[in-house]
Amino acid sequence: IAYLLTHPSSICAFLKMACQGLAKGETTNTLKAESESLKAKLEEERAKLHDVELHQVAEKIDALGQFVMKTRRTLKGHGNKVLCMDWCRDKRRIVSSSQDGKVIVWDAYTTNKEHAVTMPCTWVMACAYAPSGCAVACGGLDNKCSVYPLSLDKNENLAAKKKSVAMHTNYLSSCSFTNSDMQILTSSGDGTCALWDVESGQLLQSFHGHSADVLSLDLAPSETGNTFVSGGCDKKANVWDMRSGQNVQSFETHESDINNVKYYPSGDAFATGSDDATCRLYDLRADREVAIYSKDSIIFGASSVDFSLSGRLLFAGYNDYTINVWDVLKGTRVAILFGHENRVSTVRVSPDGTAFCSGSWDNTLRIWA
Amino acid sequence: MHSYMVSKMSSKMVGSNNLAHARRMVQQLRVEASIERIKVSKASADLMRYCGENAKYDPLLTGIPASENPFKDKKPCIIL
Repeated sequence: IAYLLTHPSSICAFLKMACQGLAKGETTNTLKAESESLKAKLEEERAKLHDVELHQVAEKIDALGQFVMKTRRTLKGHGNKVLCMDWCRDKRRIVSSSQDGKVIVWDAYTTNKEHAVTMPCTWVMACAYAPSGCAVACGGLDNKCSVYPLSLDKNENLAAKKKSVAMHTNYLSSCSFTNSDMQILTSSGDGTCALWDVESGQLLQSFHGHSADVLSLDLAPSETGNTFVSGGCDKKANVWDMRSGQNVQSFETHESDINNVKYYPSGDAFATGSDDATCRLYDLRADREVAIYSKDSIIFGASSVDFSLSGRLLFAGYNDYTINVWDVLKGTRVAILFGHENRVSTVRVSPDGTAFCSGSWDNTLRIWA
Repeated sequence: MHSYMVSKMSSKMVGSNNLAHARRMVQQLRVEASIERIKVSKASADLMRYCGENAKYDPLLTGIPASENPFKDKKPCIIL
């Protein structure tokens, strides 16, 4: 104490440490050492439970037969790359967004365009249908997520009723309504995710932990509770508790950006698509990667993934213009689908599982079944 | 991947305090280290069981006839 009283700069340093509530002797070095030891312990704990591989357990089930999947509809109308799409819960309508700044709502059965909105920015990277089917959300280079109520009157100017909900400090990469039209979850190039109240535009919770752009998020199926998974340019996939904002699990095995994340239908696992040309499956209760979907011949990034209804099939869109269909359990490829004339940017299975839709940089969307 | 459209955020958090950052890392790792885990064999069995139970409800897996799939073309009618 005598030393501190005679050396004012030390008092400042001491008070600063005290204010940060440090345990005695805690320094950056001791914390770093503890950090390393915790990481080692995590790896050790995970390794102990790694008694077998998923594809080995799956050897005893029958292989899947030949798959015949064809393009059943082609949706033409965007003037530039299709970046995102989402299905309406009515299983027939689709919303899509494009680099051309347009957001279009389609009837996928008839291929008719039902609504079109011109956004004030180009590169509309994210779009989502509201659970009620009465609104769509979208955003991109404007750093915002806006909600447009869909009018029954086709002549009405949708842009007039636009509501700005989310504000980020960099591009909006992904958005999703939660179980109702009332809340939206967003991810951004600013490295964060956020939960917003649609009516007031208020920020309800923010999620910090990624160290680079977050490119994708997916909400856990409703039965499994309030969590979501995100993936980004830091090669990490993080699982979050929506209420507390806490990052509860983190996975870092990809070798490059994670472009897309999607939950397995039971909520016990999720899949990722990455620029490292692989897709991977992570089991949440085993807390580790349990499958890699890759081939030496696949060298282009996977941009988007989605599961069939039972979780047995994984549809993945790639930057080499193809869609690969994987047997999730056995880890083998069961089909490769050609048709798009440029990168596939988005792939989503319909709510009743009868078809899936792909969007591409060739400006079109295709429905496959 | 996105360098063609926007520049990515710098990987260093602007203005980060090294000490505060280190504390957050440790706290985060403590949370992650404390979760309960199950064996991969059990997790795999559960994933397989889910697939098995739901396979019959999966139209893309089982293939449903054109008459039941709104996207598949029905046989064209010939008007005589």
